[in-house]
Amino acid sequence: MIGYALRRFSAIVPTLWVVMTVLFFLLRAVPGGPFDSERAVPAEIEKAQLAYYKLNEPLWVQYTHWLKNVVIHQDLGPSFRHAGRTVNEIIWLSFPYSAKLGFWAAIVALLVGIPLGVYAATKHNKVGDHVAMGVAMTGVSVPRFVLAPLLVLVFSLKLYLLPAARWETWRHMILPVVCAGLPMAAYVARLSRAGMLEVIKSDFVRTAKAKGMPMRRILLRHTLKGALLPVVIYLAPGLSSLLIGSLVIERIFNIPGMGRYLVEAATNRDYNLVMGVVLVYGALVMTLNAVVDIAHRYFDPRVNVEGT
Amino acid sequence: MSAASTIEGKEDGKVKLVGKSLWSDAFRRLKKNRAAVVSAVVLIVLFVCSWVVPWISPYAYDKTNLAIGPTAPSLSHWMGTDFFGRDLFTRLFFGGRISFMVALTATSMSLLIGVTWGGIAGYVGGKVDALMMRIVDILYTFPFLIFVILLMVFFAGPKSPLYSAFLTILSPFSDDPKGAKNFAIFQIFVVFFAIGSISWLTMARMVRGQVLSLRGQPFVEAARSIGVGPTALIFRHLLPNALGPIIVYTTLTIPEVMMTEAFLSFLGLGTQEPLSSWGLLAATGAETMDYYWWQLVFPSALLAATLFCFNFLGDGLRDAMDPRVRKD
Repeated sequence: MIGYALRRFSAIVPTLWVVMTVLFFLLRAVPGGPFDSERAVPAEIEKAQLAYYKLNEPLWVQYTHWLKNVVIHQDLGPSFRHAGRTVNEIIWLSFPYSAKLGFWAAIVALLVGIPLGVYAATKHNKVGDHVAMGVAMTGVSVPRFVLAPLLVLVFSLKLYLLPAARWETWRHMILPVVCAGLPMAAYVARLSRAGMLEVIKSDFVRTAKAKGMPMRRILLRHTLKGALLPVVIYLAPGLSSLLIGSLVIERIFNIPGMGRYLVEAATNRDYNLVMGVVLVYGALVMTLNAVVDIAHRYFDPRVNVEGT
Repeated sequence: MSAASTIEGKEDGKVKLVGKSLWSDAFRRLKKNRAAVVSAVVLIVLFVCSWVVPWISPYAYDKTNLAIGPTAPSLSHWMGTDFFGRDLFTRLFFGGRISFMVALTATSMSLLIGVTWGGIAGYVGGKVDALMMRIVDILYTFPFLIFVILLMVFFAGPKSPLYSAFLTILSPFSDDPKGAKNFAIFQIFVVFFAIGSISWLTMARMVRGQVLSLRGQPFVEAARSIGVGPTALIFRHLLPNALGPIIVYTTLTIPEVMMTEAFLSFLGLGTQEPLSSWGLLAATGAETMDYYWWQLVFPSALLAATLFCFNFLGDGLRDAMDPRVRKD
């Protein structure tokens, strides 16, 4: 188990290296450059800019330069479009906002989703099930960018209960976190219900019931671990889609997170910033994937990852 | 588990065996589920309307009427008009075409690639599994949005080689092949491809997980012991048993895919004017909801209703296909 975990984690670095290398050359193959603009800049200025950022050197030199800086100095280089600021600085300032939003949204998703799904499964095909799944489906069916303006309209503009935008106190956090977390909660609820139903019908649950074990104890001690399997599998893609989804949330609520740089930098061909954001994002997602795989193995001992 | 046979009755002393396949059995159970049947009917109606309404409507989906501008729903415009006086009812169902098309293409891509990929990885295991899942990991790591932005930049710009190929194919059929509308259509194809090519990843992981936990079970060993080959084992024994989760996941993929298109349109990267899609309409509506409520309400309602129905149908299918639910 520990050996597996170690191997799983140590695979992250080479994979990340491949991804970043592909991205490096892909970005430079895209037509257009960081200093293209509507107004033509005098040729000398453009040349000086390119030379300053070492963009006039051969690709291979640029690549080794970038790699060396990242590996040895943990330096992601200067941003091309945010003059005078380094990528490290930009990410260092913006990432905490995104991380905080994502973390709390995930907590909301699990705390709302799992109990809802388990409750629905225990009331399978009864009114409670239908109501709970109706709520979950509403969550799945309403996009974040529809949900967010509606909640802002109701809670901020009509009821004056919560601030409509920005990110200062915990009151500012409520609407964005809820908007980001609810769609994921709905997925979690559906998956934990499906997983629970699988387990509830199995023989060992019937035996436990026959022995006279109280339902609450059966649920908590026997079925929850197996039933959460689909949720665990979903968690990694769910969290990464949460990060992507928070892009919209950050935009709507004007939160200074990392998400906005993702789109902005790619459109502007701010190579270093794109590389930096992808690197942070990639390392995060791959670590999460590894954790999920290890958790999957822990939750379901039938899985034999080594192969037979 | 492929076929359960029942003795139907004796005729002239001969026993008649009637095969009850998994599918006919499932279909029978599905018909009993009212919510699922209603959802299926609603989806069929919406689908048909999406093709018929723009065709028979007195208004063209892109016909502007600046004289009337944005008007509330009325007898002549059932769902009102947008900022340019275009009939929202027509635009909405025209957008339905694109939303359905995205759902169909991307989801079938996800099923085809994801199930095969995950099935093989889970079944073979070992180094092959590690390699295949590492590829999925890598694609996962690549943030989807950058992938789409790059795809749009690479292939969806007016200078893209794909666009000129598209024009070459189109030119015999169109008077004005270089029009804005054709460019927008071309961009939608790029969006199809972009969404489809990434949406199989989760399916692959899911199927692999299922196959991994199934293949250790006795019935697989039994099948292998009587000489069932790997292909038959995967497609006849392992995957049908994983069908429940696959179907649940497919129904989760459809709304996800539709929503991704809407999300892209919201960011200005998906469907472009003068075409319409539910996402684009809802995004436009969300901006002006304080003044023109109908521009947000109708597109979101239709989008949500469609996703709702797909979910209900998927749940019904799940209950219908899970053999363990069988009461008889």
